[in-house]
Amino acid sequence: MTTPSLSSTLSKKISLLIIFVSLTPLIVVGGVFAHLFHTAYRGKTIAHLEELVSKHRDIVDSHLAERLASIKTLMDACPLEDLRRNDFLKELLYTLHTQYGRVFVDIGLVNDAGSLEAYAGPFQLGNAQYAKAEWFKKAMENDHFISDMFMGIRNQPHFIVAASREWGGRRYILRATVDFEAFTRLVENIRIGETGHAFIVNRAGDFQTQPRSDFSQCKELLLELMRESLPADHAVGPTLVFTEGHSCETNADAVYVLATLKQGDWVMIYEQIAADAFRDLYQARLIVLSVLALGSLGIIVTAILLTRRVVAYIAKLDADKEKMNEQVVHASKMASLGEMAAGIAHEINNPVAVMVEEAGWIQDILEDAPEGEPGDVQEIQRAVNQIRTQGNRCKDITQKLLSFARKTEPERCALDVNSLILETVELVASKARYANVHIETRLSPLPPHIQASVTEMQQILLNLINNSLDAMEETGGKLSIASRTLDSVVEIEIRDTGPGIPESVLPKIFDPFFTTKPVGRGTGLGLAVCYGLIKNMNGDITVNSAVGQGAEFRIRIPRTPESAVSSFSLNQPKGGTR
Amino acid sequence: MNAENATRPIRLILVDDEESFVNVLTKRLTRRGVEVTPVLSGAEALRLMRKYEYDVMVLDLKMEEMSGLDVLKTVRIVAPETPVIMLTGHGSEQAAREGVTLGASDYLLKPCDLDVLFHKITKAACKARATQ
Repeated sequence: MTTPSLSSTLSKKISLLIIFVSLTPLIVVGGVFAHLFHTAYRGKTIAHLEELVSKHRDIVDSHLAERLASIKTLMDACPLEDLRRNDFLKELLYTLHTQYGRVFVDIGLVNDAGSLEAYAGPFQLGNAQYAKAEWFKKAMENDHFISDMFMGIRNQPHFIVAASREWGGRRYILRATVDFEAFTRLVENIRIGETGHAFIVNRAGDFQTQPRSDFSQCKELLLELMRESLPADHAVGPTLVFTEGHSCETNADAVYVLATLKQGDWVMIYEQIAADAFRDLYQARLIVLSVLALGSLGIIVTAILLTRRVVAYIAKLDADKEKMNEQVVHASKMASLGEMAAGIAHEINNPVAVMVEEAGWIQDILEDAPEGEPGDVQEIQRAVNQIRTQGNRCKDITQKLLSFARKTEPERCALDVNSLILETVELVASKARYANVHIETRLSPLPPHIQASVTEMQQILLNLINNSLDAMEETGGKLSIASRTLDSVVEIEIRDTGPGIPESVLPKIFDPFFTTKPVGRGTGLGLAVCYGLIKNMNGDITVNSAVGQGAEFRIRIPRTPESAVSSFSLNQPKGGTR
Repeated sequence: MNAENATRPIRLILVDDEESFVNVLTKRLTRRGVEVTPVLSGAEALRLMRKYEYDVMVLDLKMEEMSGLDVLKTVRIVAPETPVIMLTGHGSEQAAREGVTLGASDYLLKPCDLDVLFHKITKAACKARATQ
């Protein structure tokens, strides 16, 4: 029988199992693929960014090298006298403009004292003195030099490309300024997605190109970024590093690609918000997670609903089966009651007939006696006694019947099998007598106790004994009922000397509605009910029979140890023991 | 039908294994002028049937050892002319009807009214004598 709590545990167990079995591969496969996809796509994205930055770094680097080379060429090729002339420089500037565009803003010649000797360009610098300028010192030391961005006396951001050469023991420097705007345009071309952009800083964190937005607050961040990811030694050569950090502009996770240029003096920094850089990846991840979440939800809901329905169906089947069993037991009880009623009616009718006749006899005597005289007093006395005796017989029989009918409660209690057998034998005694069957009981000397319902056990015994009696009805015979106490079971053996059960029928005898009796005599439920009841008590029933050798039914039911038989069992009704 | 036969009391053999019943019924029928031979078993009844002639037999259906129907079958062979009235407890009325098909002249259910039984006995006896 399925109780509500049992079915809810069952449904919980089944749902959990289904959910576990379906979700585990889903999550594992999803996780593995997500990880592989993430790794591959991220690698691809990073490689793409690195390549892009590397290319632009090369462009910027070669741009600088070309500018320097052209200045160096001019310095090497032109005679000093020409370079000292403003108009010659103007011509050179014009040539440079036509060749490279307006990259160079102006051009000038500075002597070793730092004074500007000649100049061509839009500014009126006059006789500017550069002796104390950092770039001048550097340019004097080296053949050539490219300065960082600075404001200078013209108060505009620019940097200087310079080449020096000795003429007659004096060093002269040809310097050209590179336009900040034009240089910035070189890196501005690097734009990817919505947030990807690049700029160039020197090692001190000063901007060499115009960043897209105000990064003035972010110098610390840039310095730290460079400290962490670039080798300390400038001269290591071109370095390209991918790193992740925090954008100070938008305060979001960002990816950075750092590339050194200008022999490690400058660093090209590419910054992109991570969400933007990996947008496709994140989108794919979102889709996978959504599908996974929806799928899981679907599985969970389906598993729970399906399991509930299945369990409810099982419970309903169980209940139906239980109901059916009850009906079968009831039908069988009715059948055995009917059979008993016929036998008992006959039993009662005999004494009643005696009583009626005795009463009639008294009447006869009184009729014979003369008016006012008591007649044959002794004979009347005998007849009245006979009526009393026969009346008591009737009472006994009805009480026996009632004791069977009333014990309908299927309560289980410690039951003494021996007294039950004796009681039942008494119920069928008259039937046995008329069928010429001698009933013999061999009972266990140890009182065999079992946990069982009196009614159920009585029904089992009645069914088996009635079957045996029916089988021996024609021939008469011997019915022996034995009880034995074994280690853990009580065994009841019912053996008859009837015609036996054919082998072909044996496997079917416990099937419901199987009967060998003629139509109208048997319901085919007796043994099926016995089987069901005994199995319910965790017991067992076996049959051993062959044609001509009688039948032997053996019931084994778990034994209740004597110690467990409480005083309660002493109060148990013992209707049949006399 | 001769005069001796008409006045002679009815000879009845009463077969029933219920001793108290047989005793009281014998007394009551004897008082009504029937010559009753009480018998407690089928075998004894058949033994007597071979020796003596009876006008009517009243036979109980359910008896130990030999059932009423078995006795009836034998009587039909030993004394086919003797009418047999079956007497039975309520539970086996069907068996009693079976008895009629086997040749019993009538059947009665226990407990029965003595007047009815007596009437049936005399009727059966008259009929039997008439055919003799």
